[in-house]
Amino acid sequence: MGGNNKIVAFCCENSAYLAADRAGKMRRCYPDNVRIIRVPCAGRVDVLHILRAFEKGAAGVLVMGCQEGACQHLTGNTRARNRVGYIESSLKEIGIDTGRVKMVNLGPDMAQKFVREVKEMVEKIEEE
Amino acid sequence: MIIAERKPLEEIRGMISGCKRILVVGCGTCVTICWAGGEKEVGILSSQLRLVRLASSREGKKLSIVEAVVERQCEKEMVIEELRDKMQDVEAILSMACGIGVQTVADVFEEKPVFPALNTTFMGMPEGEGVWTEKCGACGDCMLYWTGGICPVVRCAKGLLNGPCGGTRKGGKCEIDSEKDCAWVLIYRRLEKQGRLDLMRKYYEPKNYRAVKRPGKIEALEA
Repeated sequence: MGGNNKIVAFCCENSAYLAADRAGKMRRCYPDNVRIIRVPCAGRVDVLHILRAFEKGAAGVLVMGCQEGACQHLTGNTRARNRVGYIESSLKEIGIDTGRVKMVNLGPDMAQKFVREVKEMVEKIEEE
Repeated sequence: MIIAERKPLEEIRGMISGCKRILVVGCGTCVTICWAGGEKEVGILSSQLRLVRLASSREGKKLSIVEAVVERQCEKEMVIEELRDKMQDVEAILSMACGIGVQTVADVFEEKPVFPALNTTFMGMPEGEGVWTEKCGACGDCMLYWTGGICPVVRCAKGLLNGPCGGTRKGGKCEIDSEKDCAWVLIYRRLEKQGRLDLMRKYYEPKNYRAVKRPGKIEALEA
């Protein structure tokens, strides 16, 4: 993927974005090659957004939304999960490792999980 | 409505191998509704093709894609209006329409190769979100008035005109697929609601499957 290890994290502003913010406030370190994109809901993230991120050179994409059953918009996070599933099959067709896209459910206070997920994705990409 | 499905990426990729600049054109009517060839699907396919070209060192060249959607790709006027300014340096056209749309584009731009990105599958209707079922086989000799508006030619797995066969399962399902309803059970229930069950005893003579001379053509005269 062009030798870079940039990661795009689409973060729901009701959960993952707050978790990222909290991680900062708690002075938790996470890799600086993650680019956070704030979205009103994980359900806003479209298949095309993810594909375009890869086209623009992202090595991995995280879609981070609320926990199951906690979406303010009721089904945004389940829609996002379905889309990530679709993208996985799409990446397989293209010949890209399906692990380069991942759906993560987390709450606004789960800064540690946010950091862990970002680190895991970066490590996975650096290993390859 | 015409229902279609996208071809596998590998097949599409094979069609356009060697091209540096292509036009991917969708259709804004039937295939948009069945999620096969609308604006979004044009974007997804284009993105996939660019990514696959980037990832493949074998093909080397960067792929430039012009994206467009014609409201009805089966109408020449609309195809010309939408695409005439987008053909510059385009080596091939990838049509995301039914077979009719593909052929219309091929007729309009005869000097360019036109490739189908979809497999046209049947004429159907939306059953639910993301589900479409075949309802009409365009036989040219409609008998829906006898069968309560349910077509046995297409909806019965065996196309029986005098059904049901002996294989209907309990619950009114078809013997070849337990998920599918037996068309003749549906017809029976529909006629029962209409008080026209006597029609179940009617004998239907073998159907004229050559009612439409192929290729079909209709010339409607002005009234």
